[in-house]
Amino acid sequence: MHDTVSVTGTPRSGDSEQYLTFRLDGLDYGIPIMQVQEIRGWTKVTPLPNSPRYIKGVLNLRGTIVPIIDLRLRFNLDEVPYDALTVIVVVNVGGRLAGLVVDAVSDVIALAPEDRRTPPEFEGQANRQFVQGLTQVDDKLLVLIDVDKLINQETLAEAAEAAA
Amino acid sequence: MAIDLRRFHSTYFEESLEGVAVMEAELLDIERMLQRSGGAQELDAERLNRIFRAAHSIKGGSGTFGFADVAHFAHALESLLDEIRSGRRALDLEVVGLLMRAVDCLRAFLLAARDGAAPPAEAEALRGALERAQTAGRPASSALEPVASTGSGWEIEFHPHERFFHTGNDPLRLLRTLAELGQLVVRADTSRLPAWEQFDPELCYLGWSLTLQKPVARSALDEVFAWVVGDCELQLRPIAAATAPSDPGPKTEEKGATSIRVATAKVDALVDIVGELVITQTMLSQLVEDFTPERLARLRAGVAQLERHTRDLQDAVLGIRMLPIGFVFSRFPRLARDVSAMLGKQVELAISGERTELDKAIIERITDPLTHLVRNAIDHGIETPEERRRAGKPAYGSIRLDAYHKAGNVVIEVSDDGRGLDRQRILAKARALGLVAPEAELEPAQIDELIFMPGFSTAESINDLSGRGVGLDVVRSNIRALGGGVEVSSVPGRGTRFIIRLPLTLAIVDGMSLQVGSEIYILPLAWIAETLRVQPERVSQPAGGPEIISVRGEYLPLLRLDRLFNLPARARELDQGIVVIIEADGRRAGLFVDELLGQQQVVLKSLEPHCARLEGISAATILGDGTVALILDAGSLVRQAYSAASLAAPVALGAAQAAFSTALH
Repeated sequence: MHDTVSVTGTPRSGDSEQYLTFRLDGLDYGIPIMQVQEIRGWTKVTPLPNSPRYIKGVLNLRGTIVPIIDLRLRFNLDEVPYDALTVIVVVNVGGRLAGLVVDAVSDVIALAPEDRRTPPEFEGQANRQFVQGLTQVDDKLLVLIDVDKLINQETLAEAAEAAA
Repeated sequence: MAIDLRRFHSTYFEESLEGVAVMEAELLDIERMLQRSGGAQELDAERLNRIFRAAHSIKGGSGTFGFADVAHFAHALESLLDEIRSGRRALDLEVVGLLMRAVDCLRAFLLAARDGAAPPAEAEALRGALERAQTAGRPASSALEPVASTGSGWEIEFHPHERFFHTGNDPLRLLRTLAELGQLVVRADTSRLPAWEQFDPELCYLGWSLTLQKPVARSALDEVFAWVVGDCELQLRPIAAATAPSDPGPKTEEKGATSIRVATAKVDALVDIVGELVITQTMLSQLVEDFTPERLARLRAGVAQLERHTRDLQDAVLGIRMLPIGFVFSRFPRLARDVSAMLGKQVELAISGERTELDKAIIERITDPLTHLVRNAIDHGIETPEERRRAGKPAYGSIRLDAYHKAGNVVIEVSDDGRGLDRQRILAKARALGLVAPEAELEPAQIDELIFMPGFSTAESINDLSGRGVGLDVVRSNIRALGGGVEVSSVPGRGTRFIIRLPLTLAIVDGMSLQVGSEIYILPLAWIAETLRVQPERVSQPAGGPEIISVRGEYLPLLRLDRLFNLPARARELDQGIVVIIEADGRRAGLFVDELLGQQQVVLKSLEPHCARLEGISAATILGDGTVALILDAGSLVRQAYSAASLAAPVALGAAQAAFSTALH
């Protein structure tokens, strides 16, 4: 791999896009910073009855009711107890809000489009649809998430039906 | 130089549409008077003036905001009105009909301009008709001046004479006025400027080359320069259409955005209350700053004051969302006119209580159900003039729309003096549809209720008015969705009355907080019939199926909220918790919870758009500690209770009610 690594926080070209990176079960993930509205510590949420397990509930975000999604559970990873580092990343995609529970946030990096690789196609890879691309930062894999698909109402509805 | 006028567009459209409504209402009155007097009618100058003024402001506004085609059309309308006003053109039914169509077209124009859609197709033909009507009543002499430029704008050469200022004119004012017509490019010609020592500040040395990038009417430009024609060199040249693209920008703006126009008094009241709140807050912070136990009484008083102001503020803010029901009622005279004309019936519509205020959201969503009821009244209720005469009634059928406040609700009544509900036919139809068992005996009121059943319609012929397959069941479910209800009463031969009850606002409900496990839910009080502790022996599980509770000889399905929502409940045994009897859609069910925490008013927060809809949950609210509590949907819970219990018919209910519930499954 001859991928050049973008240095933290320094946009290299006009086309580069900034990503917020966070950790989930030992792996680094990134979402476009333009889709991040705020980051807040974990607080107790109100559970929604008969919802998929990964929807932890709803939170009052200054008067707006926002659903909170546990990304570990969404990606079928092991559930861990929430601790001081656990944060909720509130994303805003096309005016729709959702909170994503992640292990910890790491950094903000700039990525040029040419740094992004299409993920390989595997059969039966359940969560492939949420992966927008792959890249390398400091020789470590960074998975870029398609937030739009992740909090898409249809996807949630389908999941709800599957859970029912 | 260009001023962005787009932010004023929503106001312009709102005002123009109001103007259209005024014109329509006045025209309807004029038409009615003409019909009564059988044609010739003394002109009511003030009425006509109101129509004229409305048309004039729409024309003016449209010109200002660059909607040239609207302005053009409004101009033709205004010209005809002017002819009538000055008495050169007689006002007869034919002209009123034409004006009415023109008003419709103007409304379509405005809506199309607002939503960025294509202008109405009939506009050109109608404008022609308006212009012809203008000349028809008098010797055909002057045709309309050519009002529109064919191109996409104007090149204007404007060179004031030196003594321009002496006549009291200001070229800047003219430029500003032009800029209001559309995007204006201004180039100053400074070639006549003298040397500094020869400069006379009272003389005008400048000239301007202007490009107005908007195909406004020539007359609009003439109006701008009307006062200065003798004092300047002026050349107007239309720009050919191909050279400059027309400005597509503003039309797509603001689609879907809604706004409210609020009475100034309401805003003033709001400002006053906020002032009071600030004072109270200052007082409280000072009190807390150096607090001693002796001051507790004052602190209590301060908190009580804060509470009062908060409540006032809540009322005032909700008041801003309140609109008079007249906004909806005002469309019905026209509807009644059109529908009755189409059906060959004579109908008089009387309206009262149009100042009764309702939440804007309710106003918007009650329009369709009301329209349906008014149409129904004309179509099914009111008889033809001959039938009415035979029955000894006046030929004009009467329909009344009333609105008033009653016990924290708004009541709207739609009544007619028509033939009343035909109970025999309704019953026959219901039996044919299998909604009622053949042998069941029903009270008259129960038969009347049948018209709200899904799929029920007694219309003999499917016309394009009422028998569209959308029946009163939709009306009822729409009104229920607003938290209201609708009932019917009828006297054969005398008429029918629909009574609609609506809450004042959708934003706040009185609720009961319930605890289940560690969660708190809110159940709107309106759905609660009673609450009771039950002895376990009152609950049975016939044939090992769902639980049934016996309440005073009535057997109801029992829903345990903890099981339904998969929650760990504290109350394992029935006598540890409490049962809330909920009632929705005429059916009752028991809801088992751990504990009742008390009544409180809660502000409704929609779960959508961020969350998906959930069965059993209607909305959410935010509690005093900032956490979210979910609001239960009684209708959905009752439905679930009955489908889980799959009770073919709840035991010990009246035969008719049994028939209802079976029909609903």
